Amino acid sequence: MMNKKKAYISYGINLILVLALFFFLRTLIVTGVLNRYQADLITLVCINVTMAVSLNLVTGLLGQLVLGHAGFMLVGAYAAALFTKNSSLPLQFSLPIGLVLAGILAAVFGVIIGIPALRLRGDYLAIITLGFGEIIRVIANNLKITGGAMGLGGIKSLTNRQHPAGMLPFVFFIAAVVIFAMFTFGRSRHGRAVIAIREDEIAAEAAGVNTTYYKLLAFVLAAFIAGVAGGLYAHHLGLIDPSKYDFNRSVEFLIMVVLGGMGSITGSILSASVLTILPELLRGFSNYRMLAYSVVLICVMLFRPTGLLGRAEFSLSALIRRITGKKQDAAKGGV
Amino acid sequence: MKSNPLEFRRKEGLKPSFRIFSYSGKRPKKGKSGKNNFPFLARSPQGFAAGLGTSNHFFRLEGVCGFMNLFLTQTINGLGLGSIYALVALGYSMVYGIVKLINFAHGDIIMVGSYMVMFIMTVMGMPLILAVIGSILFCALAGVLIQRVAYHRLLTHDAPRISLLITALGVSIFLQNLFQLLFGSEVRSMPTLFDLPAIQLGELHITSANILNIVVSVVMMIGLQTLVARTRIGKAMRATSEDAGAAKLMGINTNHTVAFTFAVGSGLAAVGAALYCNTYPQIKPTMGNLLGLKAFVAAVLGGIGSIPGAMLGGYILGVAESWTKNFYSNLTDAIVFGILIVMLLVKPSGLLGKNVKEKV
Repeated sequence: MMNKKKAYISYGINLILVLALFFFLRTLIVTGVLNRYQADLITLVCINVTMAVSLNLVTGLLGQLVLGHAGFMLVGAYAAALFTKNSSLPLQFSLPIGLVLAGILAAVFGVIIGIPALRLRGDYLAIITLGFGEIIRVIANNLKITGGAMGLGGIKSLTNRQHPAGMLPFVFFIAAVVIFAMFTFGRSRHGRAVIAIREDEIAAEAAGVNTTYYKLLAFVLAAFIAGVAGGLYAHHLGLIDPSKYDFNRSVEFLIMVVLGGMGSITGSILSASVLTILPELLRGFSNYRMLAYSVVLICVMLFRPTGLLGRAEFSLSALIRRITGKKQDAAKGGV
Repeated sequence: MKSNPLEFRRKEGLKPSFRIFSYSGKRPKKGKSGKNNFPFLARSPQGFAAGLGTSNHFFRLEGVCGFMNLFLTQTINGLGLGSIYALVALGYSMVYGIVKLINFAHGDIIMVGSYMVMFIMTVMGMPLILAVIGSILFCALAGVLIQRVAYHRLLTHDAPRISLLITALGVSIFLQNLFQLLFGSEVRSMPTLFDLPAIQLGELHITSANILNIVVSVVMMIGLQTLVARTRIGKAMRATSEDAGAAKLMGINTNHTVAFTFAVGSGLAAVGAALYCNTYPQIKPTMGNLLGLKAFVAAVLGGIGSIPGAMLGGYILGVAESWTKNFYSNLTDAIVFGILIVMLLVKPSGLLGKNVKEKV
């Protein structure tokens, strides 16, 4: 009883902090303390955090490599953009519907490529998602409805001169909800089944875990979130350029997860934020960016295979306990 | 102990008799199954070509003849392209067989090989034969170096498979971007390599590149079969892929064996690279991505770990791609990918692979 009450209190505190952060950022943008470019960067950070946290579900919790996460993003981007372009509803209402559609379509693609790859043991998911990411781009380049190689332009955005923070509530709260959902998923019955598969697939199966179902669940959930993030990204930029969603982009998301620590949501959030802002500061070195990423990827794997944070998570209540020096129910605090 | 379904023919390896171990018993079977899967591939060229010369005079049949001609030309083109896939797939298959790693960097070794051929020929001004040999040696060395620097530590520490995969991916991105910095990201055209006359069979025009591809790939496959089945190092390779720990106890230097496997696989990729440059004389730093992916699909299609399987998979993929290229050139890559999905759904162990039950 006591524990449950404590949990609600900590949820409440976290909610208040998230709301406070949102209003802080919004005020900064609306009052013009942060210019348009910096506001855009914050939007981009939120989208990339969403992507990295969703990829963390498959790569970190499930332990499967996904090399086509940008492909799901592209699917979602087209679905959401085509819906909002063709619907007569105002954008405030059509965008959420479009985002849900984007997620569903990406999830359908996730099922189609997940079933053949995840039924089997082994690394087929890596190769099949790599193929998917390349081919979805080729198809998008050749269909009429997607605008061909020119891409799809003229997508309305909620951000404009009058409302500099128009997109912020969407990207910020979707990122917050996804982070919350991933935290709770990781601790739920389903999440434990997924982690069991990562640790030992045969043992998990022997213990009665339906491995195919849970592998597919994690993968499709990640695809859904990536689709939603893609829809947001399309409406943030106002156009879809298929060449932006290529293999390198999938690798960028992967390195966010790997660097932060596979399995650590806090790590994904931190490294996604840093790796979104850092390249903007180091524009002059953009030619060397992928080279540096690859070296970092190899070195992290060789010398610190768990990533910088390992599987540690940041927890407010654990921090408070550490400060106040109370050692009680330490087991509950950190996952 | 886990045993993996994707090893080099495990059963033969266990038996003491050399005759069963040697692949001679297997070869007719491969031919047979090849015929069963693609009867028209094995027989059609001569048969159709013989018919073409005569039927061509009937003007009414010209449309049909044109189609047949196209069909045959595309089939032969497909076999030529498939030979390249097959050579690359052999490398994937061997490495997967011995260390259970999808070596993403393997596709980029083709790129490295192509650039080396170009570099030695145009910058250093060496003759073609030296360029090809130099490229093969360089790639073999690069393969061993990659294994030593990037994979060795993980393999000996028994790291999780995902770490190995991510490292392999890192090596692949590293190679691509390194060559992009060294040679620029634009498409480069290759000088003419093997300038041989084409063959004219009736209406059928067969380019020398296609013939060369097919001949070289078959020779390489037979050579590799012999190497794996008959030589001492081949025996060590099979033993290491069967059970690395036990092989070590039997006095096999598994480190050398793994390094040798990487060298052979990368060398074959360099041969594939030379053939690729001869057939499609344009190279760019990212060419290895899709080529490697397709070669991996070929390896899965034929049964990963099986040498004839990799060849068969390569040919099937090449022919399928070549046929579809004629009608829907944009969707060729999607079809290759579709083949992989169907194969994983229907027979994940591949056409010639063995389905070995996993033991705990």
